[in-house]
Amino acid sequence: MKIRTLALAISMATFGLGSTVMSTAAQAQAKEQFFPVIVYRTGAYAANGTPWANGYVDYLKLVNAKGGINGVKLSFEECETGYATDRGVECYERLKGKGATVFQPLSTGITFALTEKAPVDKIPLITAGYGRSESQNGAVFTWNFPLLGTYWVGADVAIQHIGKQAGGLDKLKGKKIALVYHDSPYGKEPIPALQERAKMHGFELMLLPVAHPGVEQKATWLQIRQARPENVLLWGWGVMNSTALKEAQATGYPRDKMMGIWWAGAEPDVKDVGMGAKGYSALTLQHGAEPGSKVVKDMLAMVHAKGQGTGPKDEVGSVLYMRGLISAMLGVEGVRKAQERYGKGKVMTGEQTRWGLENLNLDQKMLDGMGFAGVMRPVQTSCLDHMGSSWVRVHQWDGAKWNFSSDWYQSDDKVLRPMVMLASGKYAEEKKLTPRTPEQCKQ
Amino acid sequence: MAFFLETLIGGLMAGMLYSLVALGFVLIYKASGVFNFAQGAMVLFAALAMARFSGWANAALGGDSLILANIIAFIAAGGVMFIVAWIIERLALRNLVNQEGATLLMATLGIAYVLEGIGQTLFGSEIYNIDVGMPKDPVIMLESVFEGGILINKEDFYAALIAAALVIALSIFFQKTSTGRALRAVADDHQAALSIGIPLNRIWVIVWCVAGVVALVAGIIWGSKLGVQFSLATVALRALPVVILGGLTSVPGAIIGGLIIGIGEKLSEVFLGPYVGGGIEIWFAYMLALVFLLFRPQGLFGEKIIDRV
Repeated sequence: MKIRTLALAISMATFGLGSTVMSTAAQAQAKEQFFPVIVYRTGAYAANGTPWANGYVDYLKLVNAKGGINGVKLSFEECETGYATDRGVECYERLKGKGATVFQPLSTGITFALTEKAPVDKIPLITAGYGRSESQNGAVFTWNFPLLGTYWVGADVAIQHIGKQAGGLDKLKGKKIALVYHDSPYGKEPIPALQERAKMHGFELMLLPVAHPGVEQKATWLQIRQARPENVLLWGWGVMNSTALKEAQATGYPRDKMMGIWWAGAEPDVKDVGMGAKGYSALTLQHGAEPGSKVVKDMLAMVHAKGQGTGPKDEVGSVLYMRGLISAMLGVEGVRKAQERYGKGKVMTGEQTRWGLENLNLDQKMLDGMGFAGVMRPVQTSCLDHMGSSWVRVHQWDGAKWNFSSDWYQSDDKVLRPMVMLASGKYAEEKKLTPRTPEQCKQ
Repeated sequence: MAFFLETLIGGLMAGMLYSLVALGFVLIYKASGVFNFAQGAMVLFAALAMARFSGWANAALGGDSLILANIIAFIAAGGVMFIVAWIIERLALRNLVNQEGATLLMATLGIAYVLEGIGQTLFGSEIYNIDVGMPKDPVIMLESVFEGGILINKEDFYAALIAAALVIALSIFFQKTSTGRALRAVADDHQAALSIGIPLNRIWVIVWCVAGVVALVAGIIWGSKLGVQFSLATVALRALPVVILGGLTSVPGAIIGGLIIGIGEKLSEVFLGPYVGGGIEIWFAYMLALVFLLFRPQGLFGEKIIDRV
């Protein structure tokens, strides 16, 4: 009898304790907004993936240091993909069940794989500066947010810049422009926009794919030496970029005639080449290296000075660190906007965050207040425009650091909008989707 | 014609660099009968050690003497590769004497992952520079014969010379020294070699050390070209078709195989690539190797093995 009583008491105590632990965990979970962090700190692209991941995580820590989003603290968990699509999908499947707010896969391949999963799980995908270009159309791609720019924006601005340097877009007629690209969905993405511009201005577009990871480019650059294009556009990632610059040097191709996309314009792409890359330009996704910005000063003071920095201190403010930081900021602001509608100080679901991201309105005053003065221009999204901004600048490597070398550009909507509508319409037809109507957009 | 020659020369020099990595495979297979899948990881590990030691030595010397810093780094990185060889022999190979070839292959696969992981943990995953003074700018030759001349990449040219020197040294080592002959005996039959008093464990340490030094030289050359980063480990994949074609047991085979693969992939990319969308050189190299295998399964210079039944 005594034993039975003891067993019962232990069971009840265990149950009670378990309930307490569970409810504490549930409360802790309820008070925290969970951000899954898909990263690649290992593998062929680690040198580029690491500073992005550090910037992303540091920003979440900075928000917590400032009190969270209206009091809601952020929690996060990293998952390593090694830039492999299958591992990216595995990470998504593992982390979605933990109450994921938003996914940012930092890979066009993983984005393609998740685009059909996100609507089922009702979790938005932010692909700031990458992903499917037609996903700008939120009427079809309800859950994708290629915020700040797509590869079609990049391609369009690159041609505008080359045209400006040549003395006008009409001067491009009869010229040759080569695209050296990573032979992957990422590298192929700008081709339709470049072909459209080639048709408009009468220049010849040379397409030169480079196989992953891009360490062997001798044949590519021999072809460039033979064809002598006036300009070379570089659409690489990781080691492919520095290899391209080294091969350009080895074949005597002028670096000031080369321009990279924003993923080919960071410190790891040129540092190792040093003076050999002098004159090389790259587009920026608005920001460049921003060591003097207020957000960076805040980061150093409130996170790194307290020994909570994720990576090395001297990396804070570098190009890819800023890209990760801004990507995290966009996700956080999506949640903040959602709270305005669904309740301040509450944890937002993926669906609620999607509404927030679709109604983002970060004007200059807000951005400046957040420490992004001189770093970013306004971002305003809508149901039909999940990109929210297409501002681009060009920066140039002087052998030791990046310096801005152009004024602001914007992509030409007259050229790109019909392409976006056509491509997204085709996607909707293939997948048997009914695009949202303006009335549905308001809900 | 000038463009064809330029591509051909470019292919020859690229082929010599592949040979350098292929040599590592051949050395270990020839001496121990193990197909060492970790050769690429060894190249990465050695290059990371060299780059970091060079940077630290240069900083310690006040940036005054890069040559001295590189010499110190080379010796230190060589020492690290010796320790790696010793650990591999003690922890992995010693326990696998007389095991199936497939077991040894799987062991080297595991070694590859461990080396890649430890290498990046110890030395970091950033891109590091190895500056051994290799010239980066091209030289244009025969301008009076061909319009625009023929471009030669000086860095590749010097690298090819270093690779050639290493091959000659290794050939002499295998053919003319008693240690070289002992290595070949071990490769033929572990038990027979043991029975005539060849110290198997010491021989394995020696051969992994030599392969480590070859990996170090390959790592310095490739690291100087590409920067020292994770992708160096994938360079080994470029050497696989070379050893398939040249034969796993032949040092000259690695060289000739390298040259054929180098020329084949560059010519195919430049002249066939545009018709099929480009980016074909990697798989074309494997296709070329497989075509050769149809006619010579043991590779161009591999030993034809005849077993009595």
